[in-house]
Amino acid sequence: MALLQIAEPGLSTAPHQHRLAVGIDLGTTHSLVASVRSGIASALPDARGRVLLPSVVHYREDQGVDVGYDARACQTQDPHNTIVSVKRFMGRGLADLPDASSLPYQFVDGPGMVELQTRAGRKSPVQISADILKALKIRAEATLGGELTGAVITVPAYFDDAQRQATKDAAKLAGLNVLRLLNEPTAAAIAYGLDNASEGVYAVYDLGGGTFDISILKLSRGVFEVLATSGDSALGGDDFDQRIFCWMLQTANLSQLSDSDTRLLLTHARTAKESLTEHEEALIQAVLSDGRWIELTLTQDLFNDMTKTLVEKTLLPVRRALRDARLQVGDIKGVVLVGGATRMPHIRKAVAEFFGQTPLTNLDPDQVVALGAAMQANVLAGNKVDDDWLLLDVIPLSLGLETMGGLVEKVIPRNSTIPTARAQEFTTFKDGQTAMAIHVVQGERELVSDCRSLARFELRGIPPMVAGAARIRVSFQIDADGLLSVSARELSSGVEASISVKPSYGLTDEQIAHMLTDSLSHVKDDIAARKLREAIIDAESLIATTENALQADGDLLAGEERSRIDNAIAALRSAITAQATVAINQATSRLNTVTGDFAAARMDRNIRRALAGQKITDL
Amino acid sequence: MPITLTESAALHVQNTLQRRGKGLGLRLGVRTSGCSGMAYKLEFVDQPAEDDISFECHGVTLFTDAKSLVYIDGTELDFVREGLNEGFKFNNPNVKNECGCGESFNV
Repeated sequence: MALLQIAEPGLSTAPHQHRLAVGIDLGTTHSLVASVRSGIASALPDARGRVLLPSVVHYREDQGVDVGYDARACQTQDPHNTIVSVKRFMGRGLADLPDASSLPYQFVDGPGMVELQTRAGRKSPVQISADILKALKIRAEATLGGELTGAVITVPAYFDDAQRQATKDAAKLAGLNVLRLLNEPTAAAIAYGLDNASEGVYAVYDLGGGTFDISILKLSRGVFEVLATSGDSALGGDDFDQRIFCWMLQTANLSQLSDSDTRLLLTHARTAKESLTEHEEALIQAVLSDGRWIELTLTQDLFNDMTKTLVEKTLLPVRRALRDARLQVGDIKGVVLVGGATRMPHIRKAVAEFFGQTPLTNLDPDQVVALGAAMQANVLAGNKVDDDWLLLDVIPLSLGLETMGGLVEKVIPRNSTIPTARAQEFTTFKDGQTAMAIHVVQGERELVSDCRSLARFELRGIPPMVAGAARIRVSFQIDADGLLSVSARELSSGVEASISVKPSYGLTDEQIAHMLTDSLSHVKDDIAARKLREAIIDAESLIATTENALQADGDLLAGEERSRIDNAIAALRSAITAQATVAINQATSRLNTVTGDFAAARMDRNIRRALAGQKITDL
Repeated sequence: MPITLTESAALHVQNTLQRRGKGLGLRLGVRTSGCSGMAYKLEFVDQPAEDDISFECHGVTLFTDAKSLVYIDGTELDFVREGLNEGFKFNNPNVKNECGCGESFNV
């Protein structure tokens, strides 16, 4: 139960001052909206009790817009102005759409994203998605009876930055406050309460109407990480209908059907498929437009047989995802089924056989993603403060700090899900160093000068120690809102310093994109520059150590040996001045070699000193 | 049956009372609200009401009213840490069921 806090007299808050928040599954074929009511997540139906909203938008002649079933009904009469599967175009340019010519739309290549020429003018996929979201928003506000605080919208795990941004823009356009975008498989896992389950790796098998996705998720400390995704963007429940349809044509000896007959039979095929989920056989009865009567019986065995190859086709991406995640079937702790098509018993059987365990199926596979999103929205809206935060966003660029020589040490790599915390230990570079400047930078490049500086602070009061002895733990922490705080702590003395920054503050998307492409085109330069800096750092530190040693124990050396060392130091110095990586490394190893005997002699002397005056029995 | 609180709860109450600088003790009560019937009330007490009933436990004075006592008779107040959060928990023997979120209950 919820934990209570003490309130001032008369000020106890009433429970269930509920802020209305919803989860939205913006799907390729269907969309739906869900919300947590009285602690339980449920999908919100429309006035006619239907939960699913076909993701279809129709721009009518009278300037009106239909969304959902009404729009889908117009698909055959008015294909140009009836947009289906708009999700496929989100954040995509014309070049990204190889099948554009086979679609009934007039594409216009817009800036960054295609646009569709419709009766209502040029519409970007963002605007069309916004129309779908608007319909869901109206439904939610009517059902819940109030204005929405915010929404969590799900996106496929493989969606890139552009596609995610497009989804966010669509929501903004629909007047929704996006609390967060959530990966679809993660939402499904949350709906099953896996976020409360023990840590482990889970597979989410999502066979929708037209697409198949498999995601491998790793749960650790309440945070989901997407290890691998794979799938087939042209494989879904509709293909199973198609197989039944083909069988009907063959068995009933039909050919050259009219459009309306094709649609009729496809509908029957779909009904038969759905009825086979519960029954051993399905009776198909239909009257064609020319009055022909069709009556066929499809048994489950026959259906399984004709769709076996489709089921097998889904297992290929599953294997690929496992391979990408470098995992074996046995590493998977649980399997979640998502998408209406996973209701088919032979799919369940195949998945169970493949993973060697019964998949989780007790939630409605059509709704599971929206339910998980609703649960997350409920937490984010502040209705459930006692819940730990969950993952759900990634940082666009790596965060790190400056180390000796102007190099960047990445502490949190890009695409890390947030909230996240990482710590790394650093040490002092000089003997007796008592302060350290911490410079927080963002970017993918190797040199600080090429990255964006976010913040600087100093850690003072480090007890004087020899170089390399201090242990300074620098922790980077990003909370769920993307706020970064960096703290540094010297472990032996406990001195601490910290700072807070907003990492993406002031960076536009273009700048982020630019920084990313920059890092790719400069990979070679960066690595060379890093190697040089590293060589110089090593060399300088070796010179410093050697000179200290000469000062302390120089008397151990014969004149000739001493001059050999001095020469090696001078050679190394000139190599550093020449900025030649290879020469520096060679001179460094030469200095190392010539000081070998000296180091051994020093060691002997120190041991003798340490042992002087001690009895062997005391040791 | 008296209303009690655990040692950890008492310690926390004493600390918060001290930080607050005033207050005689803690009021435990119920109100009709929430989706499952009743909701707990947990407040500081600066001025006890006339019909208040009070209990002493681990050096903390607990106040309640006669109406509330019917529903929380025998309750033990505990202070617990769950994950990142800490707060008070009512171990109420009278509860028959709670709503999904546990914020309200039924007797």
